[in-house]
Amino acid sequence: MSREELAEEKNPMEDFLRMDRIPHIWCPGCGIGTVVTSFADALKKSELDLDKVAVVSGIGCTGRVAGYVKFDSFHTTHGRAIPFATGLKLANPELKVVVFSGDGDIVGIGGNHLIHAARRNMDIVVICVNNFNYAMTGGQVAATSPMGANLSTAPYGNFEYPFNLPYLVETCGATYVARWTSLHIRRVTKSIQEALAKRGFSFIEVITPCVTLYARRNRLGDGLNLLKYYYDQSEIQHGADTRTVGIDYQGKLIVGKFVDKEKPTFLDGMNTHLQKVLGEKYVPYGVKP
Amino acid sequence: MTIRFGNLRPKKGNIHINKERCKGCGFCVEFCPRDVLELSEEFNKKGYHPPRVVKADECIYCQLCEAICPEFAIFVTLKKEEEKGEESESRP
Repeated sequence: MSREELAEEKNPMEDFLRMDRIPHIWCPGCGIGTVVTSFADALKKSELDLDKVAVVSGIGCTGRVAGYVKFDSFHTTHGRAIPFATGLKLANPELKVVVFSGDGDIVGIGGNHLIHAARRNMDIVVICVNNFNYAMTGGQVAATSPMGANLSTAPYGNFEYPFNLPYLVETCGATYVARWTSLHIRRVTKSIQEALAKRGFSFIEVITPCVTLYARRNRLGDGLNLLKYYYDQSEIQHGADTRTVGIDYQGKLIVGKFVDKEKPTFLDGMNTHLQKVLGEKYVPYGVKP
Repeated sequence: MTIRFGNLRPKKGNIHINKERCKGCGFCVEFCPRDVLELSEEFNKKGYHPPRVVKADECIYCQLCEAICPEFAIFVTLKKEEEKGEESESRP
């Protein structure tokens, strides 16, 4: 391929990425890049105004996404991506706020913020990339590590009960809950599209292989093996009871869209309540005239 | 063998690979439905083996390699054909 041809044809991802920061730091065989492509594809298909999209992420491998995407984005402190996004959404209700972060950040360190944002039904989209450990800091046990997995702080295997994320967020009040593996590319894209169109707290869990830590410590092969294994082990059950979708070590993965319901969001609730209490003198907040 | 349905014909794609950005994970090679790609023997600057196109005519513009590449190093463009038939929708 000649240089002239290259100059003509541009990678479609270049519209969504800060190319001066690419190549990224993710390991060969990591699935996070695939999820970012799915996210960009979903944004393209949903035809949102990209100036009205904000990406917030916390610390961790997936937390780097905020630095790589070419939208208004913020890389917050560890676990505080959701409260930052909440503030962003409330200060400017026109924005479409997407929290793109890992399991250690959203569920481990920021677990409290996750349940409260779901309880309030804050109108944000949370994409949680789950690789079953704290990958950036060296593979420590996270809140999602399955029982029996070997990790750097559990050299004889993990004996803690892990979180069942769809169940956790559903019981807290999320209006859209889905889980996929990173090889379900088109389905992840479609799910993100649906979540972007949804008013209310949307939570998408994407299971990705962690090659350098999780797979190496458990001798599960390289990224390709793990990606295929997760895909083969997954069984699509739309609308499944989230109590039954817990993840066992190397066990069956139940994926699909579990919850999709309508509920007034935080701002809706605030406006209706204050209108009822204060009557005419209250001016509704964040409602387009 | 290509099966023809009237004037419909499958789309064709041109694959563009940024070899220097590749980290040799092999996702595109493994999951290409038409086995268009294979890992080459050559090394890039980082020391990985980037993929290369072996069966360029087989590409049906499904864009799976583009979607799956974690390095944003590969993309497919639609090949313009001289004799233009009615295009089929090859993408799901």
